Amino acid sequence: MLSNLNFRATVLSLVMLVVFLGVWQLATAPEVLAPQQGELSEYEQLMGGGTDRSSSSGIPAPTQVFSHAFSELSNPFYDAGPNDKGIGIQLAYSIYRVLLGFALAALIAIPLGFVIGMSPLLNKAFDPYIQILKPISPLAWMPLALFVIRDSNISAIFVIFICSIWPMLVNTAYGVASVRNDWLNVARTHELSKVRTAFTVILPAAAPTILTGMRISIGIAWLVIVAAEMLVGGTGIGYYIWNEWNNLDLASVIFAIIMIGIVGFLLDASLAQATKLVRYAD
Amino acid sequence: MSKGFLEIENLSQRFPQPDSNDLMTVFEGVDLNIEKGEFVCLIGHSGCGKSTILNVLAGLATPTDGNVIMDNKEIKGPSLDQGVIFQNHSLLPWLSARDNVMFAVRARWPHWSKAKRREHAERYLKMVGLDHAMDRKPSQLSGGMRQRVGIARAFAIEPKLLLMDEPFGALDALTRGVIQEELLKIWSETHQTVFMITHDVDEAILLADRVLLMTNGPHAQVAESVKIDIPRPRKRATLHQEAAYYPIRNHLVDFLVDGAKAMSAKAQEAAARGDDPRHRPRIFNPAQPETNPEPGPRMVRAV
Repeated sequence: MLSNLNFRATVLSLVMLVVFLGVWQLATAPEVLAPQQGELSEYEQLMGGGTDRSSSSGIPAPTQVFSHAFSELSNPFYDAGPNDKGIGIQLAYSIYRVLLGFALAALIAIPLGFVIGMSPLLNKAFDPYIQILKPISPLAWMPLALFVIRDSNISAIFVIFICSIWPMLVNTAYGVASVRNDWLNVARTHELSKVRTAFTVILPAAAPTILTGMRISIGIAWLVIVAAEMLVGGTGIGYYIWNEWNNLDLASVIFAIIMIGIVGFLLDASLAQATKLVRYAD
Repeated sequence: MSKGFLEIENLSQRFPQPDSNDLMTVFEGVDLNIEKGEFVCLIGHSGCGKSTILNVLAGLATPTDGNVIMDNKEIKGPSLDQGVIFQNHSLLPWLSARDNVMFAVRARWPHWSKAKRREHAERYLKMVGLDHAMDRKPSQLSGGMRQRVGIARAFAIEPKLLLMDEPFGALDALTRGVIQEELLKIWSETHQTVFMITHDVDEAILLADRVLLMTNGPHAQVAESVKIDIPRPRKRATLHQEAAYYPIRNHLVDFLVDGAKAMSAKAQEAAARGDDPRHRPRIFNPAQPETNPEPGPRMVRAV
């Protein structure tokens, strides 16, 4: 029954994909619209519409995107100068920034969240700051970061750090604060030290909530890195997209969009997997 | 009065009330001794402070007045000398049954090797009949099995005093009966001192050497200490054939139906007069009423 459901869902997914690609292919095929006649408008000249006759709308057909994707993925790590690096290198830069910023945030947010969660006093004292700092768009920090840090790469990492810290901090504090009193009493009646209680009772009890916070954080970090790299430039998938837009290479842009989705999915799936390891049924 | 193993001296608990400056007295003047190896049950209506007394004995709550001395040492906080079995099992859900017991064993004897801890834990799990389910997580166990793990965990640390707060309250009647007999079996092997709260009169008669009866709150007191004069080993199936069973049962039920309330009213009058609330429970043996030191205000109903 379940496998049957899975099978039908897969078929339906594939049908949707085929329909989508078909519509896309038809919409961008040169035959659909009459070939353009006469003078090119100023816009068309600027957009290169006069020279590129392969596509009527300027948007590449799926076949073009796939053949481009194939050639990019067959040599993902080439490096031919600052403006011409393989997609693998660009993604690696972005992943490196995300993981570094995320790890630094986790290093601070989880212990701090633990302390905040265990102390009602700190919980109340920190709350107004967290509530005000949390909704700030991480990119709003960028100018300040650039001015203080004076390094665009580190500033991008800082932006990732600042956007990943809040969900982890809030979730850790919440998870720790809502550990069942029964379990804390078990620790007390067994004369566990504070440290042992933290590691053998509170941490496993709060781990699923903490991991959920980490999962939210890495999702946000991956959303933010593209925008941050568009601003700071140089390397990374965000910069790559912006660069290809400047080159009017929309096939590369679409290819990069798909790659961003795939990497984001993999990051999320790996944390979902980690969450499974610490989850417990109550 | 001879010094007992566990001495509860003039224990009182008062809580501030939300819209009054007066304190609300839950119970007061609770004064009793428990001997080593004794099985004592405490019965009373909801809200009379039974659980608070148990929490004080566990060291999880601090009384407003009075103190508790166990083995010549005052109880000041929770410790491994007092094992607790809560109503809602309170097992750690991320650990298997065996690991839950080993967790406690490790806290008790930190220097034991892992193999020794494991062997010790498995011995107690076998005593409660869980040999086949030691690797299961609490979520994979039935309610009765979880409570058994809780019992194994509490007995495994070999505490000086075992505290149980309505341990079988959440179980169905059949399971309860089975576990009660298992509890009796372990208790007869280990001779723990047990203090247990229950709502169930039959459970108290089956298990206890002595049943403490508590009046209703506020100003609740432990009014009587009823001796359960039925020889051991006791069996659930044949308990009602014992001559002493019905006199004891009637006495306990009478108390719960009328006595608790009437005596509570008296206690409140006394409190209003400002009498010293310190009160040692009247010792009573329903099986041999002629031996009782003073006649009670209520008659024991004939069988």
